[in-house]
Amino acid sequence: MNGPRRFPEAAREALGDSQLRANLRRATHTIRDRRAAVVAEIGEWEALREAGRAIKEATMRHLDVHLEALERSVTDRGGVVHWARDAAEANATVARLVHEAGAREVVKVKSLATDEIGLNDALAAEGITAHETDLAELIVQLAHDTPSHILVPAIHRNRAEIAALFRRTLPGAQGVSDEPAALAEAARRFLRERFLGARVGVSGANFAVAQTGTVCVVESEGNGRMCTTLPEVLITVMGIEKVIPSLADLGVMLQLLPRSSTGERMNPYTSLWTGVAPDDGPQAFHLVLLDNGRTDVLADATGRQALHCIRCSACLNVCPVYERTGGHAYGDTYPGPIGAILAPQLHGMRGPTTSLPWASTLCGACADVCPVGIDIPGVLIHLRGRVVAQAARGDVPAGERLGMEAMARVFSSRRRYEAAQRLARAGARPLARGGRIEHRLPGPLAGWTMSRDLPAPPAQTFREWWRAR
Amino acid sequence: MSGGAARAAVLARVRSALADVPAGEPGAAVPAVPAAAAPDDLAGLFADRVADYRATVTRCAADDAAIAAAIGEAFARHGAGSSVVAPGVPEAWRAAAPGPEVDEPALALERLDAVDGVLSGCALGIAETGTIILDGARRSGRRAITLVPDLHVCVVLAADVVAGVAEATARLGAAIVAGRPVTLVSGPSATSDIELDRVEGVHGPRRLEVVLAG
Ligand code: SF4
Repeated sequence: MNGPRRFPEAAREALGDSQLRANLRRATHTIRDRRAAVVAEIGEWEALREAGRAIKEATMRHLDVHLEALERSVTDRGGVVHWARDAAEANATVARLVHEAGAREVVKVKSLATDEIGLNDALAAEGITAHETDLAELIVQLAHDTPSHILVPAIHRNRAEIAALFRRTLPGAQGVSDEPAALAEAARRFLRERFLGARVGVSGANFAVAQTGTVCVVESEGNGRMCTTLPEVLITVMGIEKVIPSLADLGVMLQLLPRSSTGERMNPYTSLWTGVAPDDGPQAFHLVLLDNGRTDVLADATGRQALHCIRCSACLNVCPVYERTGGHAYGDTYPGPIGAILAPQLHGMRGPTTSLPWASTLCGACADVCPVGIDIPGVLIHLRGRVVAQAARGDVPAGERLGMEAMARVFSSRRRYEAAQRLARAGARPLARGGRIEHRLPGPLAGWTMSRDLPAPPAQTFREWWRAR
Repeated sequence: MSGGAARAAVLARVRSALADVPAGEPGAAVPAVPAAAAPDDLAGLFADRVADYRATVTRCAADDAAIAAAIGEAFARHGAGSSVVAPGVPEAWRAAAPGPEVDEPALALERLDAVDGVLSGCALGIAETGTIILDGARRSGRRAITLVPDLHVCVVLAADVVAGVAEATARLGAAIVAGRPVTLVSGPSATSDIELDRVEGVHGPRRLEVVLAG
């Protein structure tokens, strides 16, 4: 994991890495262009988004009912449901189930929930090896790295770096070239043996249908199908917010997610399973329902909508802050705009992620693309208010307080924010060198630039440009 | 039943977090999404969309002889010499597959890994997205047979093609309620994890041949 650094310090380092920024810029722009093209094909897109938003909102407001229904449906179909209050409880449950299956290895599908709880390390401490099977997650795992994007976790690495990594660490890949096809082939050969021999598979879930007990995993490579089909035992770890009421709701989500995520009409593979199917796939199925801070998020009537997220990553790809800093600067499993509203709440509004609500220009691009209509800027402002209120109560080191209050005042109104941008432009241009401000800003903002570079403000803001069109 | 204390604690936390929700509030009705106008030529749209994923689409008449000929050509294009066949595939089609072994009784995993390809039918096709739906019934076969071999030849009857995703999920209700696993397939296995360069085929079948009949 990244050290427990606050966003501004981590971002400063990331901003100095030009390879990282070039990789990120290319990736985010490519995916967002694809997304725009396939979204434009759907005439009723806004109605779909509104349906997605309404489904999520209604589900959250009755989450207890849907969770109990899901538990009943899964159990009726031969699955076993486990509940976990926190990461430690979830990890202990998975480890126990793996031991009970008599296995020392598991194959894993990419899953943010299991990243969040640090499952791989917890299993390692129990003598169990977890093999990540998604190509990007394998790259991240071999490099002892952390994901930097929720859809394409290794996007901060280029092909030459990946080839060097494979030659050094992947059995049987000593001579591999740096062609993406050759690298994928090397991963295929290495992982195929793991799939064919696996006794236990571990997955997350994109959705789970309360009414039927059906769990859904959406993916591209086929590793998800392998992990959920070939092992004898399947363990799925799922955040409690992933439940949706009915198959009709799943129909809406399956239209929203792929187009928003990879910019495809549909992702290559979507697996749906309902408990245990006789003679087809794992003959034991365990579903671990994870809280780990989610009920704290639920308790905030404004912040609650962060739980609507379907992890498409569209908001990352349009975010001007993410594009420049990358995912690592956020210091959490959930980076980008969604991370800025979800991570601090999952951590109970404590610790370094409380700086994330300020990792935004409030430009609103995230809210415009979000397929389930989360008002990310609104939640950011709300959370800034919570952090400032905590600080006023003395819950936060005094040094941070003044700056936060000033920032909160500026950011909490569009008019003040735009005025501050104009002011910054007038005042800061003379301080800029090579597009960055490395000197201390005068006055109350001095503390801000002491520990971080600021990009020099552009001559015209987006909003000004837009109005002038 | 494991973790009874955890269950009670999580549900209690959920309920106390929702203290602002009025007791007895009905689950809000989800706004209906107006269905897009269905295209006139569903099969044509389906074929175009499948081809967009760099799968190969062959269109043929809906009679057994034409389907069998298209199946034979699909396997031949990839030089496949052996195959596994879903148990519900009609005998007339099966005979066109090379060295067909019917997955009944279920073949060993090692055998699935050794054959060149698989022949299956499917439950539905979705025109708007170019998606094939395997529903675990006899014509689709169990999941492993269409996953482990490197070439998947799938016969789709034009009559089974629906316009959009919502119709498809509605039609899948019966299979799901019966407890059968369902897989949506849209093109061959692919990854874009390295510099976003799309590479066809990682773990699932690297080549997908769709025979669209009718
Ligand atoms: S917040 Fe919205 S746009 Fe961002 S990842 Fe979640 S669903 Fe996608």
